[in-house]
Amino acid sequence: MAKLTPEDLDRIAERMKRQTTLREGAGRAKVTVHMGTCGIAAGARKIMTALLAVIEKEGTDDVILTTSGCAGLCSREPMMTVELKDNAPVKYVDLDEDKTRQIFTDHVLGGKIVSDFALAVGSERQS
Amino acid sequence: MAETTASSDASKTYRAELLICAGTGCVSNRSFKIRDALEAEIRQRGLDDEVRVVTTGCQGFCAQGPIMIFQPDGIFYQMLTEEDVPLLVEEHLIKGRPVEKLMYVPPEGDEVVPKLSDIDFFRKQRLVVLRNRGLIDPEKIDEYIARDGYRALAKVLTGMTSEEVIEVVKASGLRGRGGAGFPTGIKWGLTRQAEGNGKCIICNADEGDPGAFMDRSIIESDPHAVLEGMAIGAYAIGAKNGYVYIREEYPLAMQRLHIAIDQAREYGLLGEDILGSGFSFDLAVHRGAGAFVCGEETSLIASLEGRTPEPRIRPPFPAQSGLWGQPTNINNVETWANVPVIISRGAEWYASLGTDTSKGTKVFSVVGKVNNTGLVEVPMGITMREIVFDIGGGIPDGKQFKAVQTGGPSGGCIPESLLDLPIDYERLMEVGSIMGSGGLIVMDEDTCMVDIARYFLDFLRSESCGKCTTCREGIAAMHDILADICAGQGEPEHIDLLGELAEAVSDASLCALGGTAPNPVLSTLRHFRDEYEAHIRDKKCPAGVCRALITYRIDPDKCKGCLLCTKACPEQIIRGEAKKPQTIDTEACIKCGVCRESCKFDAVLVE
Repeated sequence: MAKLTPEDLDRIAERMKRQTTLREGAGRAKVTVHMGTCGIAAGARKIMTALLAVIEKEGTDDVILTTSGCAGLCSREPMMTVELKDNAPVKYVDLDEDKTRQIFTDHVLGGKIVSDFALAVGSERQS
Repeated sequence: MAETTASSDASKTYRAELLICAGTGCVSNRSFKIRDALEAEIRQRGLDDEVRVVTTGCQGFCAQGPIMIFQPDGIFYQMLTEEDVPLLVEEHLIKGRPVEKLMYVPPEGDEVVPKLSDIDFFRKQRLVVLRNRGLIDPEKIDEYIARDGYRALAKVLTGMTSEEVIEVVKASGLRGRGGAGFPTGIKWGLTRQAEGNGKCIICNADEGDPGAFMDRSIIESDPHAVLEGMAIGAYAIGAKNGYVYIREEYPLAMQRLHIAIDQAREYGLLGEDILGSGFSFDLAVHRGAGAFVCGEETSLIASLEGRTPEPRIRPPFPAQSGLWGQPTNINNVETWANVPVIISRGAEWYASLGTDTSKGTKVFSVVGKVNNTGLVEVPMGITMREIVFDIGGGIPDGKQFKAVQTGGPSGGCIPESLLDLPIDYERLMEVGSIMGSGGLIVMDEDTCMVDIARYFLDFLRSESCGKCTTCREGIAAMHDILADICAGQGEPEHIDLLGELAEAVSDASLCALGGTAPNPVLSTLRHFRDEYEAHIRDKKCPAGVCRALITYRIDPDKCKGCLLCTKACPEQIIRGEAKKPQTIDTEACIKCGVCRESCKFDAVLVE
């Protein structure tokens, strides 16, 4: 390993940014794949794999990908929720891998809600 | 350098990381085994491309260890065992359902608090020195760099003169965290100005207070912060060589320190021509045998030189003539770890934390009779009540708070009436204690203050190097008097005699060991004089600790005659018929207290 210059410190930090975002739990956007029994049975794992692949391909380093349990609408699984910082969460239903990739590109990266696949904007009220 | 040790596989995308604590506390509770079990389970479930297990340094909440943070969700899992692993992976990783039964429940409540950021213990802390704790793998330099590591060093080497660095440290108000609280910037300036061939800096990592583990945890969780602080200090002072004097009893900290030094050298952050600036600095690790007297700078230097660690007369101060006669600057681990943040964020920002005279934060190890034992970092000026009751979660088993000892064995105790005192160097001195390096020992109603003073004096008696007669003989004499009082042989004049001895030891000893040794006696006399009087005049120990002064008795109204105590008594001297009140033969009783522990009806009384 060659000796570092001050600029190399920036390069290393940049390369590590995705990990830093994940560890601090504070990204620009959060994508939640619903992985209850229903979601998993309907193919949520494929959705997760597709998302991981597209994040890696795009080199996205400011998006947090996470899972949660059943969203309560088992008939419309697989589902995912996209939450851009300071925006209301959007729930997408009846997903497949192509739809997932499109949502990631248009909504997560582009900021435009894909209304064709969206169920609703917003979440249930929490006590 | 193997790529795997220095840099993380950062190009890979993970959706979750399990940050498992690998500080000494959690490691001794098998956190490495849990890590292995987690990795195996994750691999077996085919999740190893999505989820990664990371070991971090001490996360502070040692009472609940082994602990693990689940990111990005921020979930705090505690008291894990290998048996919990399959459930955790199945529920949280596969089904996205955090596992409640492995979460934290506050002492006073019954509802779980899932997120680390919502737990009182963490919420009220302010992390400056421990800014990276639990967030980086301390064995990977890239993870330190990712969180702005070595930027302060770059800033200093590319755009600041040595004098400017010293001015910033002066303006920040940083004071020595080893105990004495001498202003760090002034100390650096003195060593810089001193005449001498070659200058030297030392990091004192010989944490000697019993029950204190601030420095150990800082090195274990973020060793590069110490190295970066030292490199900045070396540049400011004009030193080319440095030493870390670390106690042999800290194997994990030492291992991580060595890894960190190797990686920093590999990257050219230590050694010749650092960051291409022309500045060179390197350091060596010296293993010390852990003598309390090495808190004294001249003793530590003597030990580094291979001599018996005894203090010498000052002047000359180490800044003028220290290690091998070179101008030498010694700071403690926590002081060094503050430096990079001060440079990065500025003196003004740092000085905005704390009180008029004491700036920044302080790391404390909170131990003793307190629910949340662990390592905490708080702004100076916080009250003891906030530390003990809000962060520390109060006293276990519904007992009453009695006092908290600050500053280690040669510190003093703070009674309940002073709990709202804002903590800084001066205010602790005013009430007869010291900041010390940051050990806090919480004591409850079952602690005898005379006995505790005797205990600390016993420690100091054996740690005194013996060079000064007052310290060597005076501490022993004070200890013997305290032992007599505890044994029921106290005389009324003992109290004045203790005061006189305290003055002599403090005034006529060369170093701070003797200078502060009377503190436990003086502060307990000041705040708990009634307990001394009860021991001496009434021959009673109000806390029920000193065996010579207590008797065990069974309350006939409460005793159900269950015979548990009768069976438990090692001397077999509890008598009575079943289902009728029992009696203890007080003449034959050895006062071991087993009967009291075994009783389910609180019927055994100590008087």
